[in-house]
Amino acid sequence: MVRSHLTRQAVTLLAFLLGSSVIGSSLCMAGDGKLLATAGLTQLEGSGGGGIVPWATLSGYDTEDETAASAFFAEVDVDDYRLQSKGVALSWNDRVELSFARQRFTLKTLSADIHQNIVALKTRLYGDVIYSRGPQVSLGIQHKKLLDGDIAKALGAENNQSGNDLYLAATKVQLGALSGYNLVWNITARATQANQTGLLGYGGENNKNYQLVFEGSAGILLSPSLAVGIEYRQKPDNLNIEEQDWQDVFITYIPDKRVNFTLAYADLGDVAAAGKQQGVYLSMTGYIW
Amino acid sequence: MVKVILILTIVASLCGCAHQAKNNSDLYQKFGGMEKIEQMTDFFIEEISFDNRIYPFFAETKIERFREKFIEQICAELGGPCQYSGDSMKDSHAGMDIRERDFNRLVELLIVAMERANISYPLQNQLLNKLAPMREQILP
Repeated sequence: MVRSHLTRQAVTLLAFLLGSSVIGSSLCMAGDGKLLATAGLTQLEGSGGGGIVPWATLSGYDTEDETAASAFFAEVDVDDYRLQSKGVALSWNDRVELSFARQRFTLKTLSADIHQNIVALKTRLYGDVIYSRGPQVSLGIQHKKLLDGDIAKALGAENNQSGNDLYLAATKVQLGALSGYNLVWNITARATQANQTGLLGYGGENNKNYQLVFEGSAGILLSPSLAVGIEYRQKPDNLNIEEQDWQDVFITYIPDKRVNFTLAYADLGDVAAAGKQQGVYLSMTGYIW
Repeated sequence: MVKVILILTIVASLCGCAHQAKNNSDLYQKFGGMEKIEQMTDFFIEEISFDNRIYPFFAETKIERFREKFIEQICAELGGPCQYSGDSMKDSHAGMDIRERDFNRLVELLIVAMERANISYPLQNQLLNKLAPMREQILP
């Protein structure tokens, strides 16, 4: 399943991380104050998450008075498409996260690529994912800029330039909740106009306005470094071609605070008139400092 | 949307199971009783004494008294036959300016101590769940 270009991307990322961690380790307030696994993962749009859902967690191991930097790479390879996403994130004081991601969406049948850049900001409003009685709650915005808008235009997108998603996420780890195992859950509400996360533009003939969609994740930590779970992401359906909700089942390995790896099976439903798009999702996040 | 509701229902029912957890003294027994608590506490004190970041917070602590009160507290939290007679968490940590990372470091040392005492992962989680609400009183 792992093709050579994927391996190459991963090697490049690892080399980048090793180099950067030398710089990082010389900074005094490097972010490593969180407990293992509580930085979560990085989702496809570059925000701290889940895999397809942004969570309330910030993608770094920083706590108060600390900063953290991370880099991620993700790939979803389904029947007719491949989505690669890579990017970096900075977080401060476990309070604010700034991230950048570049997505490359390959239409295998057309041998064409669509690129999208996403700059995102997230701020923690309330709570701590472990310690507070209620969930940790964060508010985020993802600004998306479509670099190749021709296909979006051809499919009838209202806007093929850029769009903004606004989301509110609540995430909680419940210690020992399931026969002694830790349970993690997340609910996200997102206001969006994006078609297929923006890769097919924003708005369309069916609907031009912002829509509220819900996304959720639930997982269990089988050990301090191994988690399994499911995710669901509701999608708008703005274009004349049907867009369906996304879902995945995942397994994540978090050996230490420097890196995590996720393997998932994703079902993206109908995408741009091609039905039942399913396949393997792989991602890794490396924590630089 | 139906599926989202389904997921929410699953999550909610999982949380429901959590609240049906067995009564407290059962947890004390499963943990291994006083013998296990003492063993874990000794490992914990050892881990603290070798940790450069945490040890300074204990520099003026009378270790024998700390050991006694800590064992008592863990025993009580696990539903065992003890009553905690020490100072409140707020008083005993007053003026120490403990940062979030220091608190988490101490949790990590406690996890190491539990590992060394061969306490299973599910039991570790259940003890941490009992102790987690104390963070509010311990941080300034």
